[in-house]
Amino acid sequence: MTDTAAPAIKTKRVWPTELNALIGLIIIAVIFEALAWIVRERTFLGNLAILRIMILQVAVVGIIAIGVTQVIITGGIDLSSGSIVGATAIIATSFGQMSTRNGQDFTNAVFWAQGWVDLPLVIPLLVGLMLGILAGVINGSLVAYAKIPPFIATLGMMVSARGVSNWWTRGEAVSNPSESFIALGQGFTPVYIFAGLAILFQLILSYTLYGKRTYAIGSNPAAARMSGINVERHLVLVYAIAGMLAAIAGIVAASRQLTAQAGMGVMYELDAIAMAVIGGVSLVGGRGSIIGTFLGMLIFGIIISGFTFLRVDAYYQEMIKGAIIVFAVMADVWRQKRRAMGA
Amino acid sequence: MSVILKTEGLTKHYGGVHALENADFELQAGEHVAIVGDNGAGKSTFVRQITGVETRSAGKIWFDGQEVQFSGPLEAREAGMECVFQNLALADDLDVPSNLFLGREKILFNLGPFSILNRKAMRAATHEALQRTAVKIPNILNPIRNMSGGQRQCVAIARSATFASKLIIMDEPTAALGVQETGQVENIIKTLKSQGIPLILVSHNLRQVFDLVDRIVVFRRGHIVASLKRDETDGNDIVSYITGVKSQNAAAAYI
Repeated sequence: MTDTAAPAIKTKRVWPTELNALIGLIIIAVIFEALAWIVRERTFLGNLAILRIMILQVAVVGIIAIGVTQVIITGGIDLSSGSIVGATAIIATSFGQMSTRNGQDFTNAVFWAQGWVDLPLVIPLLVGLMLGILAGVINGSLVAYAKIPPFIATLGMMVSARGVSNWWTRGEAVSNPSESFIALGQGFTPVYIFAGLAILFQLILSYTLYGKRTYAIGSNPAAARMSGINVERHLVLVYAIAGMLAAIAGIVAASRQLTAQAGMGVMYELDAIAMAVIGGVSLVGGRGSIIGTFLGMLIFGIIISGFTFLRVDAYYQEMIKGAIIVFAVMADVWRQKRRAMGA
Repeated sequence: MSVILKTEGLTKHYGGVHALENADFELQAGEHVAIVGDNGAGKSTFVRQITGVETRSAGKIWFDGQEVQFSGPLEAREAGMECVFQNLALADDLDVPSNLFLGREKILFNLGPFSILNRKAMRAATHEALQRTAVKIPNILNPIRNMSGGQRQCVAIARSATFASKLIIMDEPTAALGVQETGQVENIIKTLKSQGIPLILVSHNLRQVFDLVDRIVVFRRGHIVASLKRDETDGNDIVSYITGVKSQNAAAAYI
């Protein structure tokens, strides 16, 4: 080098992790398209009907993943979202039932005796959202004030919320919801709801105080505290938002299936975490975005629908899904290591 | 000249360990003072009592004419005293403006926690702050994780310099830096001097101390053993005080 005297003040250009996810998405899309031609001699991703089903399948979990992403950015984790889906689905739906079915009185309605049937849509919606927020506030308070590790706190909520959904109707399904309730899950509506929420929260993360604090806490909680940020209160807010988003997912899922069951949303929490991690949200906190999680969701969707299209047995699909989650976390750990070594 | 900071009988005991004993200290407006001494001499302990990171065992502190008892660095900061800590207190995943304004963000619309940030104003203010402190960072919108130790230290110092209205305290600001980066930090300190912002510099580096400050205060075994004008002393003299060969303080003389 000739200019050894010049100080090395140039920083490396930063490669956004979203770009990695985008490249991953393209590679996986190409692989599955190629396999589709080899195995079934026809297009997979060129088929609009398949794409529609694929995006609908992942949209509900995608709504959860928006909240889970924010929790992970603070350096936490939320294992309770799948159970919150189940609890809110079954409880909200029981406030949204009709008094008649096929012209006859529907005496099976949960609140038939109290006459709480044919309620306006706003009631089940409010009940569901409040429930999700309550669960989130409990999660957040346990993490922030009781200093319980997020993994344990939300694991407790995961078990308890599932208990609530089993207890509510003693395991009975809740059916016959009102027309307006059903409308939330029909056609492409879940995808629109996901898209609206995803855009909203990406904007909030990028442009508001909330976003700045979320990243700061995940990046260096001590520095955030020293700077005057009320870390505890903010964590409660983040977990509450995650709970609210899980509740929205629960309502949409119940509406889509026309029935709510206590077992709804099982393992959704892991799918949501997988989408976030595949999309470059780092489990150590401080990094990630909703855009990344959206790309992770698409990768996840292509893999799941792709295996179905290739007629891979459902049992194998589960095994492969597990492997994908582990691989995504491994990639994250590897990224951390490379960063720590100053690469 | 007015007194910015004054301590009287400042004492800190950790159980049976007397980390700081009866420290009487004064800092004039616009003055740059260095605190030197061996490891465990009580330098950092002294700084931690002033900024309220720890609660003192005894003694009084006056800051800017008022007797104060800060409950933490936040309160000290609100009073106009900024401290650059050894552990930096930066958020690695945020860019330079976000770190500079962490906890003091400029707001466009107030919507409580969802207030919209005024990113443009913060960016502009960051450029201005870096220019004022002569800090060179090529792209302020990169996360500071990717920056060198010196650049990160400069960001931390620029943050303090931007908001400190009355006093800056730096605890070993160049301990982990290379030669060039140390030079950059020293330049910032000189800039602060020319702007008349008072400074307390904790340092091991005597060359640096003689280069930068007006007065040198020597700590030894928890006592202040000397307070010397830079022009009236030299390196050998300071080392004698640090090692205990000489002492100005009668009470500490027998140590």
